[in-house]
Amino acid sequence: MNAHDIANESRRGFLLGVGAAALVLAVPLPVFAQDAAQPKYGGEGMPHGLRDDPRLFVAIGADGVVTVICHRSEMGQGVRTSVALVVADELEADWNKVKVQQAPGDEARYGNQNTDGSRSLRHHFMPLRRAGAAARAMLEAAAAATWSVPASECKAQNHVVTHARSGRTLGYGDLATKAAALPVPAADAIALKKSADFRYIGKGKVGLIDGADIVSGRATFGIDAKADGMVYAVVARPPVYGGKVKSFDGAEAQKVPGVLKVVPLDSPAMPSKFRPLGGIAVVATTTWAAIKGREKLKIEWEAGPNGGYDSVAYRASLEAAARKPGKAVRSAGDVDAALAKAAKKVEAEYYLPHIAHATMEPPAALARVADGRCDAWACVQSPQDARDLLAELLGLDASKVAVNVTLLGGGFGRKSKADFVAEAALLSRAMDGKPVKVTWTRDDDLMHDYFHTVSVERLEAGFDADGKVTAWLHRSVAPTITSIFVPDPKHEAPFELGLGMTDTPFAIPNLRLENPEAAAHTRIGWFRSVSNVPHAFAIQSFVAELAAAAGRDPKDFLLELIGPARLIDAESIGTWNYGEDPKRYPIDTGRWRRVVETVAKEAGWGRKLAAGRGLGIAAHRSFVTYVAAVVEVEVSKDGTLTIPRVDIAVDCGPQVNPERVRSQMEGSVVQGVALATLGEITFKDGRAQQTNFHQYQLTRLPQAPREIRVHLIGSDDYAQPLGGVGEPGVPPVAPALVNAVFAATGKRIRALPIAGQLRA
Amino acid sequence: MINVTVNGREHAFDGPPEMPLLWFLRDVLGMTGTKFGCGMALCGACTIHLDGTAVRGCVTPVAAAAGKKVTTIEGLSPDVSHPLQKAWQEFNVAQCGYCQPGQIMQAASLLKTTPKPNDAEIDAAMGGNLCRCGTYTRIRAAIKRAAEGGAA
Repeated sequence: MNAHDIANESRRGFLLGVGAAALVLAVPLPVFAQDAAQPKYGGEGMPHGLRDDPRLFVAIGADGVVTVICHRSEMGQGVRTSVALVVADELEADWNKVKVQQAPGDEARYGNQNTDGSRSLRHHFMPLRRAGAAARAMLEAAAAATWSVPASECKAQNHVVTHARSGRTLGYGDLATKAAALPVPAADAIALKKSADFRYIGKGKVGLIDGADIVSGRATFGIDAKADGMVYAVVARPPVYGGKVKSFDGAEAQKVPGVLKVVPLDSPAMPSKFRPLGGIAVVATTTWAAIKGREKLKIEWEAGPNGGYDSVAYRASLEAAARKPGKAVRSAGDVDAALAKAAKKVEAEYYLPHIAHATMEPPAALARVADGRCDAWACVQSPQDARDLLAELLGLDASKVAVNVTLLGGGFGRKSKADFVAEAALLSRAMDGKPVKVTWTRDDDLMHDYFHTVSVERLEAGFDADGKVTAWLHRSVAPTITSIFVPDPKHEAPFELGLGMTDTPFAIPNLRLENPEAAAHTRIGWFRSVSNVPHAFAIQSFVAELAAAAGRDPKDFLLELIGPARLIDAESIGTWNYGEDPKRYPIDTGRWRRVVETVAKEAGWGRKLAAGRGLGIAAHRSFVTYVAAVVEVEVSKDGTLTIPRVDIAVDCGPQVNPERVRSQMEGSVVQGVALATLGEITFKDGRAQQTNFHQYQLTRLPQAPREIRVHLIGSDDYAQPLGGVGEPGVPPVAPALVNAVFAATGKRIRALPIAGQLRA
Repeated sequence: MINVTVNGREHAFDGPPEMPLLWFLRDVLGMTGTKFGCGMALCGACTIHLDGTAVRGCVTPVAAAAGKKVTTIEGLSPDVSHPLQKAWQEFNVAQCGYCQPGQIMQAASLLKTTPKPNDAEIDAAMGGNLCRCGTYTRIRAAIKRAAEGGAA
């Protein structure tokens, strides 16, 4: 399919409402009556809010095929399947007649599309239900008009509308054109299905909508996009963030067979946001020729202000900062006094390095800039942000920029940043409008990532004479994500600290949380579950350390710190709440307790284990979902670590697609194991030192947990708020793993990755 | 000129003989089922069969395939009916799906030589194929299911 075909296909499907898609009309943009003083939470608080207009999300052809428009990006979380099954269920559609079409980036039309923060179903479940239910009502109304009977006598069920009294039936395809001409029912007139009548929601019975395409190689990722006349490019980027080209000689590169052009790209001002890093691009007839050409470039770089970034020295600076008082970000009671009179004190310092997203599909995009417009095909998590970036860099109105969303070969936060798409567009312009595909090689990806932050977490606690924890001091020091947007911030943003630190639920009378200063020297980005990784690692490791110091069972001790079941208003303790209403999404220690108790029971907590084996437990709330994990490890005499089994319990509220909740938990366990055991990016002379998978190692099949048991704690009440799923499985895995290592060996791991630390 | 047979079709290639099969397949033939992941035979995303045996397309030059039969994911079965393709769908193995063509081609090579692999044999065969989404437990289960079904 070439670029024109793709564009035409999307127009046929839903832009113009012609051809197969009858139940599609031009939709006026909604006008929001907003009260500026009224804080908005959830999806309504996101840019461009939510949409529930069926004409945006449903198209029904004369052949009865239902096309659901998915406006969220698919990166393995199963959202194309889950969005479709929600709409199909309310629509009473037959799953075998449902297709999915991906929406381009257009938030004015579709509402928020930023597929990030474990928000897709949490925010869009109800609007998508309303869209499906409204379309169902329109089909029933169309049938009623056809038969001249009251709509109340017509019922849509499994792709057929039936008039009960007369027994007449009409298929959805027969009704599509007429239904499309009817008004959309008012919001308060839409009758949602009772959850007892759900066909697909909560059942976990439907297969992946892209399953057959994936196993046959037909699935199209960003790197697979094609256009007539397409050429291929790779880019040599400044190896140090903030650096630029001092001088270059492209003559030898130009001689490589297949190389068409060597193109210098400007480096951006700092902070660079989502703008490309600049450098020297090589455009060629194949990716291979571009890579060979790039090897022949002679470039002298100017390192810029971050040329001295060195991970060893930087760690020492973070540790020094953590050992001195810093900005207090939450405080209760008098920690200093409580520590001074504590019967016993425990302190520990934890280190977590930079890690790279390392999506299996590296960043890659196709763009064509011609005829006063830009068309891009790309694996992006936030297509509207990509569109705005392209418009800005090309000097085009956003209406002249189309970002078509392919499948994403992994995202994990990396593909929220569309720098790689902009490279393709700038190069297409430099190639006089030829479509250009930019591919990041793996060394590009690992050396120029938006890295997960590096952090030191220091904790100190005091026990009273009765063994109760009376004081808790936590200092978190890490360069902030905001450093890619604003100049030289020294502190983490409230939202970062609210990712598992300032939202700590523990019932400790004297508590102080601090955030000493740290400066960023590379691009810091968000990686799946973000700062929950260091915060949960430190806190949940420290809880186990305290339990050991007190001679207590770690699970019982954790439950004691969580305290009795109660609801904590996030705003009352001054913490961010994932953008959610603190009343609707309180910090619920009862749910914390339940995941801990469930996973302990299911994992057989306390069971007898062979020598060298141990169980560790950890629990964490993130993205308004509660997860606890028990990891079983075996450490051999020579220090080889294996993981026979992991149990993970999740309470994310009602589940739309339990099968994908399970798969997300399984994947989170493996990604948690990878960052705990192997993952580390280090810098020297400002440059990331790991260039491929021999140096930046990921967990492989033989080292992965042999068995992962997922325990779903759900609610059948679909009026209850949904929690996130994509990210919350990650944070508890690493601390549960090191706690298990401690149980097995007595060795406490305080710095990740474990790597060779267990070797004899 | 190099003659290479891909999924039963012969192709004549007059480009650089050292070009890896990966890029020949993707950029010259437009067959994008075979994926780029690392370029150094470290991740297995580009796994294809050369005369029936799994190789990494990113480090295998076109010249090495002269006169040989290359099979890619697109040619594994004419109708997506290979027992591994069926098992992969039955277990909903894929998350993002990007590594899965390579995983399936590697597993297909394994089942040819070892029709009923045990865990150790699966470990040995599949350890070179990375999955960042972490689908390993399902990959293992799907290989065993395909083996039960008598995959060829």
